[in-house]
Amino acid sequence: MPVSHAEEGYVTADGRQIGGTLMELRNITLRFGGVVAIKDISFDIHDGEIRAIIGPNGAGKSSMLNVISGFYIPTEGDVYFKKVKRGPMKPYEVARLGIARTFQNIALFDGMSVLDNIMTGRLTMIKSGLLSQAIWYGAAAREEYQHREKVERIIDFLEIQNIRKTPVGRLPYGLKKRVELARALAAEPKLLLLDEPMAGMNVEEKEDMSRFILDLNDEFGTTICLIEHDMGVVMDLSDRVVVMDYGRKIGDGTPDEVRNNQDVIDAYLGVAHD
Amino acid sequence: MLYREAGDFKTTYSEDSQTFPIFFDRMGYYVTLLLAFGLVPLFINDYWANAVFVPFLIYAIAAIGLNILVGFAGQVSLGTGGFMAVGAYSVYKLMTSFPDVPVLIHVLIAGAITAFVGVLFGLPSLRIKGFYLAVATLAAQFFLVWLFNKVPWFYNYSASGQITVPQSKMLGFYVTGAQTSASAKYLFCLVVLVFVAVVARNLTRGTMGRKWMAIRDMDIAAEIIGVNPLNAKLTAFAVSSFFIGIAGALFFAVYLGAAEVTEAFSIQKSFLILFMVIIGGLGSIFGSFAGAAFLVLLPVFLKNVLVGQLGWPTDLAAHLELMIVGALIVGFLIAEPHGMAQLWRLAKEKLRLWPFPH
Repeated sequence: MPVSHAEEGYVTADGRQIGGTLMELRNITLRFGGVVAIKDISFDIHDGEIRAIIGPNGAGKSSMLNVISGFYIPTEGDVYFKKVKRGPMKPYEVARLGIARTFQNIALFDGMSVLDNIMTGRLTMIKSGLLSQAIWYGAAAREEYQHREKVERIIDFLEIQNIRKTPVGRLPYGLKKRVELARALAAEPKLLLLDEPMAGMNVEEKEDMSRFILDLNDEFGTTICLIEHDMGVVMDLSDRVVVMDYGRKIGDGTPDEVRNNQDVIDAYLGVAHD
Repeated sequence: MLYREAGDFKTTYSEDSQTFPIFFDRMGYYVTLLLAFGLVPLFINDYWANAVFVPFLIYAIAAIGLNILVGFAGQVSLGTGGFMAVGAYSVYKLMTSFPDVPVLIHVLIAGAITAFVGVLFGLPSLRIKGFYLAVATLAAQFFLVWLFNKVPWFYNYSASGQITVPQSKMLGFYVTGAQTSASAKYLFCLVVLVFVAVVARNLTRGTMGRKWMAIRDMDIAAEIIGVNPLNAKLTAFAVSSFFIGIAGALFFAVYLGAAEVTEAFSIQKSFLILFMVIIGGLGSIFGSFAGAAFLVLLPVFLKNVLVGQLGWPTDLAAHLELMIVGALIVGFLIAEPHGMAQLWRLAKEKLRLWPFPH
């Protein structure tokens, strides 16, 4: 099923203007030895949209996200970011391109405070050298306070002011998820990858998280690509959905298109063998 | 109550991120500095300098150095003794080659040389972690001691194989050699320690410290957030070895005066400093001070009590001392694995609510 949207963007059902292609994946195949995790998948992510990747367990969604974030290098196929082909890169180089992510099982720095965790999101923007930092004077101090101000805005946005000095290890699960989102946001990413942002949350926490995702897409114009199992959340939040099953792409389009796609229904509900 | 945190409002980020954000802590820090610089040098004698203060100051420098590597960056090292030896032999070679340059500069250069050697031996950390890295640094320990023992150039071809520090002056006072006064030794080490502690604190509360701790807590996430692991690990090795090299230089030049590498900088030294860091508290500058004080003072204290008060024979006391220190370390680690710094934090938290439990 070809993607019908024009290269230069489209208007969503709720009237938001979506920009041109931000990232394009062409014929991605990922193999681990004999196991084919992803098989010949192509899709694109437009500037400013919320793009979801869904699929049953083991479909290869997280592998796909790892390819996008540069953690896995695809066996075959190319990744284009801002229309430029991205060669094999180290994860920290990808971070400098403006791609940030959160993890399925929270990957925060447990020994550090919430504030320090979020400040790590801005590491790529810091220019002052070791000597300047050692005396805490001039450029180093100035940068520190500038970035702190930006981080405080994110803390306000995500409503975690009261825990900013708490060590992350002591926080409950839902808040950790939020801090992880804050850390990814602190990098001011062009593309934000969320790996199951609502996993293990109750309904209220899911509502909060959904609101944050919509707000940050709306206010900061961040492009978001997310993996999620909660169908209600996915269908409500996302502009376009990619459906994967056994490493293949079986559907791509708006939530309505995907919902009525026979392959997708078969993958989720099973097929009668006659 | 004098000590309180309430009502101490911060209006700028620089106030909020300072080393001692609480007014009373800050005052305590200034008073300690004042006492250390103003009062102690007036009363210090040779016994107090050699048995307590100078070793404490030097071990505190080494402990801060090792804590940066092990506590902040999470890279285990058993090569501290070897790196201290690099500092000691560098300062010896520098002092004998350029006798006119002030010792302080030699000490700093010795630190820089050690930093370079530390980076070399830190290279394996890019591929291996944990116990395996510990073994790699253990190799550094044995290799360096062997090198200084076997290559006569390092000890200027002296017949005994020892290195002996030449006399030198700074600001008109002897700081190394036999004629050095107790207060000069003390003040020299104190100045270096304050410098090291301030630099270490500034690095660890800012960007560099966050990079190190990120690598320590979860290296994969750190990389994805944009930390270059090569850069973070090697700067940790460099900064840590810089401090340890300074400590080694002072240990030889100011404290011992004459040293033989297999005795002064053996594997025991590595373990001693590692114990200081673990008992004091991993990832805490205050913990480095506490650990150094604990392991320097405890043997002195036990010796005074057992030999001085109870009148036991010295050799019995010396053996008992080893057993007691060992038992205390084990007991301590079972009771509080995060060290004295954590104990201090917990005590403060409890006292904040005292006398109420919650």
